[in-house]
Amino acid sequence: MPRLLTKTRFTAIALSFALLFVLLFPVTGRADSKIRIMTATTDLASLAQEIGGDKVDVESVARGYQDPHFVDPKPSFLLKLSKAELLIVVGLELEIGWLPPLITQSSNPRIQVGAPGYLDASRFAKILEIPTGQVTRAEGDVHPLGNPHYWLDPDNGLRIAKGIQNKLSEMRPNDAAYFAQRYDAFEQRLKQSDQQWLAQMKPYVGRKVVTYHRSWPNFAEHFVLNVVGYVEPRPGIPPSPQHTVELIGLMKRDGVKIIIVEPYFDLKTPNSIARETGGQVVVLMPSVGGEKEITDYFKLFDYDIAKLKKAFDETH
Amino acid sequence: MKRLAVLSALLLFSSIAHAQDATSVANKRDVSTANTEDARMKALEAQVRSLAGEVALLRSELQELRETKSPEPSSGPQVLLASAHPEPGMLPASPAPTAAQVAQTQTFGGASGNAKLLNPDISLIGDFIGTAGHNNVSPEPSLEMHETELGLQAIIDPYARADAFISFGETGVNVEEAYVTFTSLPAGLLLKVGKKRADFGKVNTIHNHALPFIDRPLVTNNLVGGEDGIDDAGFFLSRFLPAPKNWFLEGSAEVLRGDSDDVFHASRRQDVSVVGHLRAYRDLSESTNLDLGVSYARGHNNNGSNFLTNLYSGDATLRWKPLRRAIYNSFLFRTELFWSARDQLSAAVPTLFQTQHAFGMYSSAEYRVNRRWTVGGRFDRSGHATDARLTDTGFSGILTYWPSEFSQIRGQYRFGHLATGPSDFSNANEILFQFLFVMGAHGAHPF
Repeated sequence: MPRLLTKTRFTAIALSFALLFVLLFPVTGRADSKIRIMTATTDLASLAQEIGGDKVDVESVARGYQDPHFVDPKPSFLLKLSKAELLIVVGLELEIGWLPPLITQSSNPRIQVGAPGYLDASRFAKILEIPTGQVTRAEGDVHPLGNPHYWLDPDNGLRIAKGIQNKLSEMRPNDAAYFAQRYDAFEQRLKQSDQQWLAQMKPYVGRKVVTYHRSWPNFAEHFVLNVVGYVEPRPGIPPSPQHTVELIGLMKRDGVKIIIVEPYFDLKTPNSIARETGGQVVVLMPSVGGEKEITDYFKLFDYDIAKLKKAFDETH
Repeated sequence: MKRLAVLSALLLFSSIAHAQDATSVANKRDVSTANTEDARMKALEAQVRSLAGEVALLRSELQELRETKSPEPSSGPQVLLASAHPEPGMLPASPAPTAAQVAQTQTFGGASGNAKLLNPDISLIGDFIGTAGHNNVSPEPSLEMHETELGLQAIIDPYARADAFISFGETGVNVEEAYVTFTSLPAGLLLKVGKKRADFGKVNTIHNHALPFIDRPLVTNNLVGGEDGIDDAGFFLSRFLPAPKNWFLEGSAEVLRGDSDDVFHASRRQDVSVVGHLRAYRDLSESTNLDLGVSYARGHNNNGSNFLTNLYSGDATLRWKPLRRAIYNSFLFRTELFWSARDQLSAAVPTLFQTQHAFGMYSSAEYRVNRRWTVGGRFDRSGHATDARLTDTGFSGILTYWPSEFSQIRGQYRFGHLATGPSDFSNANEILFQFLFVMGAHGAHPF
């Protein structure tokens, strides 16, 4: 008995030492001067790239065609987060289901909530649908801090870019002039493009549309569309037959022909609504990278507006 | 409200200070010369100006607070502000930036500023379980409020966060987990201190409500101490390890007091238990990944300090979830193997020291059919830790329905071929059902 015990004890001690040794083994880090940025979504990555130019390395956790509410906190993201100097998040509890454990487990002090390397982009943006009064989940998966899909308004894009510019300049004061210049160029380009977009959308001002999820209030506000209903009966609740019937009635009464759907939702219900109402389902991309050709923030609006324009023309 | 109170206190204080200064100036006016009076006046003027500036700043802050808090301006603090104005004529110096500031806070940013104040995220998960059918070996009540778990989570300071999960069961209250996580340690180390489910395999780390089944696998009950498993107070250290390209490696080393349900028992202070875990993860594609792990745990068992239990485990998980349809379809397959080596005195010859070697495992699969329905199954096989001749076998079929993200209804058919003696078995046929509901903070989804 004592012999056996000594043997197991020895094994245990040897094992713990081995583990300790492995634990203390250093992780090799890269030594270039680019700011390593991780963003929660691709839109923020695109904006950060616009401002940071070749002084930054940007990568997004979520993909453009993925529902940003439901992202798996895969360990492969942890490695990237552990090396990041700056983490830009959408905020307003959009990422609450997956980002907090990633941030904690990254064991990267620089990007913890409140640290200098943690940037909440919602701070700079105009936020809509901030609930007043009591908030309960009888309303579905509501965002008590306001609608987090705020980046789909070019004005907000500009505001976020300004916030990123300030943050990057703070992190690399020597490159502040570079970031300022890139911001100015971005502002100019975005304002130019925005004029074109507004001009393209002008014939459809005030048109009524239906959307699947409440992803488009900022987009609708900027381009003066009137969102009159949602395919989801409540945010985060799948379509119900009763609500769908009501929605069809509403669309027929108001002559609504357009159903805007995000790429990560099932098209069955929207398609049947479109059949009933003689309308059209338009899959718009809420994020950069939703389709291969949407490579940046500008192309996102190019794509969505072209699709919307085509659908409006075809249904009228 | 706290901020408002601090604000008014500040204002009150500054107005009192100003008044005192004014009276002292008046008393000394006759005795002092014109020169010093002039200087004093100037100093006073400067003070009044700075105070006015301060008031304007506070006022704008108050306005901002009011703006975000309630649409109607409250009259209380405003009266206080008015009485605190040292010289109304001086104020117009700052209102212009104030208005701009107010406009900015009114338009940009969410309600994040005041919504939560400093409260932790609070959640409560109710877990109601019903059982029907027959089971002679380990009968469970027909209906029970199995567990009501209160979760409190918050960031403690710039260096740490804390999580506490307190579960109220039918028989009492249990601190299931309560630990602080130090996130700002050097060398990429992550340290958790407190009571926590140990990183021994997969199922041991998962809370009841996050399991893909209603019950725990047979092997958890037979070899790893029952429902709570290895859940103990101690230090939990982990770190990413250098890994080949595309692999993710993480090592954990944990030192625990040595008291975990039925599996470990510390009779003396030095009877601590240790747990080591190595995790390897790899993305096979964007939608598929492989998660592997090996674990080791060692502690003293309830026979005394000279009796050890060594546990070894290996786990493998394959996940599939297409990103474009992540909320509709997914698949998960998991297998965990456990080996237990438990020192004890022989049942037949009480003076004979022996080590029982028992093996147990489970395999489970779950497939999300659509947004609301998931089907799953589990196969169980496990020896008994105290008597390796006894082996239980079982399988389950599971059906889960989600009305929303915050509630869950689940049914499970469970068959058990349970050993009551070396060659005696008792069959158990049971239907289990479960209702889960989540209140409060939106917790992270387990992965």
